[in-house]
Amino acid sequence: MVGERAQIEVIQKIRKEIGADKNLLSQYFGYIRLLLKGEFGRSYYTNRKVFEDLVLKFPNTLKLALGAMIIAVPVGLFLGFISAYKRDTITDRVVSSVSVAGLSIPVFWSGLLIMLFFSLKLKILPPSGTGDIRFLILPSITLSLPAIATLSRVTRTTLIEVFDMPFVTTARSKGIRELKINSIHVFKNALIPLITVIGLDFGSYLNGAVLTETIFGWDGIGRFTMEGIIKRDYPVIMGCIIVGTFIFVLINLLIDIFYHYLDPRVRLHENNR
Amino acid sequence: MRTTGKVSIAILILISLLSLFAPFMSGYDPDKIDLDSLKEPPSFNHLFGTDNKGRDIFSRILYGGRISIGVAVTAALLSMGIGLVVGLCSGYFGGKVDTAIMALVDLILSFPALLLAIGISVIFPPGIYTVMIAIAAVGWAPFARLIRSYILILRGSLFIEAERALGGSDIRILFVHLMPQCIPLSLVIIGLKLGGYLLTEASLSFLGLGAQPPTATWGSMISANRAYISSAPWMVFFPGFMIAITALCFNALGDSLRDRFGYPLRFR
Repeated sequence: MVGERAQIEVIQKIRKEIGADKNLLSQYFGYIRLLLKGEFGRSYYTNRKVFEDLVLKFPNTLKLALGAMIIAVPVGLFLGFISAYKRDTITDRVVSSVSVAGLSIPVFWSGLLIMLFFSLKLKILPPSGTGDIRFLILPSITLSLPAIATLSRVTRTTLIEVFDMPFVTTARSKGIRELKINSIHVFKNALIPLITVIGLDFGSYLNGAVLTETIFGWDGIGRFTMEGIIKRDYPVIMGCIIVGTFIFVLINLLIDIFYHYLDPRVRLHENNR
Repeated sequence: MRTTGKVSIAILILISLLSLFAPFMSGYDPDKIDLDSLKEPPSFNHLFGTDNKGRDIFSRILYGGRISIGVAVTAALLSMGIGLVVGLCSGYFGGKVDTAIMALVDLILSFPALLLAIGISVIFPPGIYTVMIAIAAVGWAPFARLIRSYILILRGSLFIEAERALGGSDIRILFVHLMPQCIPLSLVIIGLKLGGYLLTEASLSFLGLGAQPPTATWGSMISANRAYISSAPWMVFFPGFMIAITALCFNALGDSLRDRFGYPLRFR
């Protein structure tokens, strides 16, 4: 923070300012006391309150997470459905292989390739920065790729299970149209695992897609975390991780509550206990 | 799927051997700066081109592979070791031990995995051991949970009862009778997880938390070279391609192992 040739007095003054001169235990309790007041302290470098910066950057992260979900949910569900409906055919194999590939490709690489192709070669979209919707498209696509892969895998396995249920056969034998069976009978029963996966992905994007935001220079919580790490700005790192985890746990809780309203079987189970 | 598994193993062995025998394969010193050949595109001299300091990218990838794959495999073995022992104890002893361990497991699983790994690795000075610790500290939890549920099934088996009737101690039952039963399951879990560990390693070293320059890893090569993406795309393309292909093979191998052994495992 002060450079390599700083004077001893300066170092000591700064150590005192950030509280590094106290022993570990009192530093720890000092931080906990700060947390209980709803604060995360100030950044070592900018001297801005970490909490205020987080509030400032959260909308951007939310935009990116929503953008990724808008792409990932329909595509993932569709691919998974096709794959399950045409089980064990060439289509299924192709979709399954593509989704394994999607799980294996690091976002910081696919992001750079997408950027290279769309903004540096075709020049149709800006390569990086924060701004209107044109800046949002490429990072959203990048971030959605692994989500599409997971979602289509889970959709496939869940739907295959549901397809084998007796009530689907009944519905089919009653002569209900295939489209209606799939959209109402099947999907409704597959909702819980799907909502879980979608919710978990959304939750992990909300605590900042560190890699994607860094690549595209998107000014959200993820890039804030990354900058904190590079500069070893501990109040920032701690703040980001605590807030991120809090959001993630909150989303998990919401999903659990959601089950109750979504699936009557969960309610039945609760009443019987 | 059987062919997929075989092909993946073949590719993985090829990549591992190339990395292992990197000094004989590459023909260049991976860290040697050569100012006469800056940013050269791929050619017969430099298979994957050179970077902005004239270093041969093919050599750096081979040497980087030692670290990237090595760290992923070590972290997997560490996770397996901890998860196996913890899961065994949790499932076998039950009661308070089980409650305490599972609470810890739930705690770890309620964090977003990459964020927790980042959080753990900023505590220690950056380097490959930090990355191993960070991955294993997160990775043992799902292991322990799966092993535990498997032990819960095995615990009531006749052969356990027989051993106990013969006077076998808990330790003996745990490590001589139950542990070997878990080996195939553990291998399947490792197979399914390795791809993810490799990606985590790559992400952490991309973020600068892994091996420090000039040492190459696949992730750090991408982050160091990404400024040159438009003028020299090969500097970014090849390291990322290696990560993707290796993770893909690990994942495909894991899937086919799971299908082969018929464990109904469903996780990401």
